[in-house]
Amino acid sequence: MIIAERKPVNEIVAMVRDAKRVLVLGCRGCVSVCSAGGEREVEILASLLRLGAQKEGRTLETIEATLVRQCDREYIEEIDKWDGSYDAIVSIACGVGVNFIANLRPMDKVYPGVNTSCFGGSTEQGVWTEQCAGCGNCILHLTSGLCPVARCAKSLMNGPCGGSVNGRCEIHKDVPCIWQSIHDRLNRIGSPGDFNRIAPIRDWSTAGHGGPRRISRDDLTI
Amino acid sequence: MSFTPNIQIFCCHYTSQQAIAEGASGLESDGFPGNATINRLPCSGKLQVSILLKAFEDGADGVCVIGCPENQCHNLMGSQRAAHRVLAVKKALAELGVEDNRIEMFHLERGFHPEFVQVAQQMDTRLRGMGPSPFHGENEK
Repeated sequence: MIIAERKPVNEIVAMVRDAKRVLVLGCRGCVSVCSAGGEREVEILASLLRLGAQKEGRTLETIEATLVRQCDREYIEEIDKWDGSYDAIVSIACGVGVNFIANLRPMDKVYPGVNTSCFGGSTEQGVWTEQCAGCGNCILHLTSGLCPVARCAKSLMNGPCGGSVNGRCEIHKDVPCIWQSIHDRLNRIGSPGDFNRIAPIRDWSTAGHGGPRRISRDDLTI
Repeated sequence: MSFTPNIQIFCCHYTSQQAIAEGASGLESDGFPGNATINRLPCSGKLQVSILLKAFEDGADGVCVIGCPENQCHNLMGSQRAAHRVLAVKKALAELGVEDNRIEMFHLERGFHPEFVQVAQQMDTRLRGMGPSPFHGENEK
């Protein structure tokens, strides 16, 4: 899922300082699961925005709502029902949601309430770690399912850099060296030969280096 | 100018049992601040961040959360969860430029009365020193 975390409240208060009525908009997708932008977080952020305004001697009205998703046109259309009752939207969906609102509602002021961090998962209660870089050219079949693009600090493609100590990354001591993990896992699952495959020079054009990516499927387009 | 803080105390059923049994007049004679309001919960783990923030929105100058000792919560981890939520509010207060010690978590023995009164007095003294909550608005100071 997409992992996000709330921006510092004072930054969000500053974004909407000129607004008297703010629609705080959550998303029931990924950000709800990582407790950054779901219904509960909408309630908390709305309260914090009101407190921020109170502190400055202002009154702020908030509308609190959470859409099924903010990355689909049909759900964004739900915003119509609040037309005319807000001056600004604070979206606490991932950046996709903020972009979709900006795309589809040309006259609305929309501000991000979270920083979108990475594609990851919860590795322990309250902790999320990056697992995928969304590079568009998956090589997990060669690396026992563990991604060196996302999980090696140097995104190396042909084995470890040589700097790791006791299986820990030399850049982040609390992170395992993913190439050590790939080596151990390939041996464990009986595919040690995969470790000796040489990955060719990588074409990064699928990773966004060629501009915004677009996926089009003829079987689905109308 | 004298200032009497509005103190909201959120406590669990177990830590407040004796205090509640005492009744308002009994508590007052024990020195429990009259400006502190007890909000009793089945467990401090029931507290949500939004409830604590709402207390400030509604005019609290300070908030005090009282739960069972960390590793002896009647509901196993309720008071630990409450402590984490208090930390989340402290962080948010700091981000808003407000003193984060306007909210505090206390872990007390269940049913033990004098300490319950003492933490309320402690918050009262602290808040009297700090003055009114900045959330009352710059225009109102």
